Amino acid sequence: MENRIRVLLLSAALVMAGCSSLPWRDQDPEPAPEPAAAEADETPAVIEPQVERRKVKPAKVDTENWEIGATVGSLSVEDFEVNILYGARVAYHINEDFFAEGTVGSSDAGLSSFERLSGGAPLLTDNERRFTYYSVGFGWNALPGEIFLGGRRALNSTVYLTLSAGSTRFGGGDRFTVTGGAGLRVLVKDWLAVHLDMRDHVHEIDVLGSNKTSHNYEATLSLTAFF
Amino acid sequence: MARLCARALLLCLVLTAAPAAAEGLEVIVVEPYIELRTGPGRGFPIVHVVERGERVRVLKRRTDWFHLRDADGREGWVHRSQMLETLVPTGSRLEVDDPAREDFVAHRREAGLMLGDFGGANVITAYGAYAFNAHLSGEIALAHILGNFSDGQYATIGVTHVPVPEWRGQPFLSMAPARSASSPRARRCRRLSAATSSPTSAAACAPTWRGVSSFARNTKST
Repeated sequence: MENRIRVLLLSAALVMAGCSSLPWRDQDPEPAPEPAAAEADETPAVIEPQVERRKVKPAKVDTENWEIGATVGSLSVEDFEVNILYGARVAYHINEDFFAEGTVGSSDAGLSSFERLSGGAPLLTDNERRFTYYSVGFGWNALPGEIFLGGRRALNSTVYLTLSAGSTRFGGGDRFTVTGGAGLRVLVKDWLAVHLDMRDHVHEIDVLGSNKTSHNYEATLSLTAFF
Repeated sequence: MARLCARALLLCLVLTAAPAAAEGLEVIVVEPYIELRTGPGRGFPIVHVVERGERVRVLKRRTDWFHLRDADGREGWVHRSQMLETLVPTGSRLEVDDPAREDFVAHRREAGLMLGDFGGANVITAYGAYAFNAHLSGEIALAHILGNFSDGQYATIGVTHVPVPEWRGQPFLSMAPARSASSPRARRCRRLSAATSSPTSAAACAPTWRGVSSFARNTKST
């Protein structure tokens, strides 16, 4: 009996010794070393990020170089009285000194002195009596500055000169017209401006029999917005 | 009722007194300092200075001037030259759109106005063009002819070829068929009609459609 127990213990000890001498899988996770040549061929593994990069779109600064607005004033059509003028204007500010400008306007001319005194048939039809023009040209901010209202408020302002060319429809035809003038622009807000303008529309006209140069002065008030 | 009015008044006061929402684009000053002027022009006085590292908000831009508001709420206009190094919070430079010559060479759309002479008459032309590539573009033009004795319009649609777009001065070749209309002065016609009362003069008063060359010849002959 005692021998049988001794044999059993000895065999158990042998089995345990044999097992402990075998390489244990969990205790030895390192893979078997590979040949040096194969190791050199393989590049090290790169972790690919799963997060997509956000495309950052830089915010743009709000640019306000365009100016658009409406005009009302008076127009003196040579020989045909002074009348109300309605118009519109658009400008693009190229730099702090110069701007490009386009204007349109319309007014109904009155009767000439000849028509009043003679009492005869009118020289022009109603349609021909309508004075409409368009003009495109440049302006120069000649005198930039500020207007002071009281002691606490200052408004930016500019006195500018303009020269433009365009067409005038009056007296039954379109006439090439050169327009020159001066104006005062006052910025009530950063985006809102008030203009006071004096302009002269010069063109050739032959309505009263002979060809002559006609000067048509306008004085206008405009309200414009920058955008 | 009085309580309701008081609440409405309070709400109005709160709304009007509330600071404006984060307006404009926040940037960080990189120059040693930038100068805030009272207006968008070199002659306006400098009223504030913002130092390097401070954050300001760009409210708008007009020509070469940026309207800024600093952290204390002070506002002023800064010239573009002092904004070139300015950074946005992401660390990149503020985008200052300055057209370069390369942009002009690569431009696609073009519009313009021209003033000129058309057989002795003044002509005002507006045109628009779209470039298919650096060499070839399509162009539409509308012209208003203003002569001493007649008025007219013509419209053209055609192609323009620029042989060397890299040059600073770019010669170009343009080819466009045109359609034109002319009308002699109505008053002159009326007087002519009254004097002669012939069918030819009456016909001359009606608007006519001709080609450009025949119109030019007609203008010269009148």
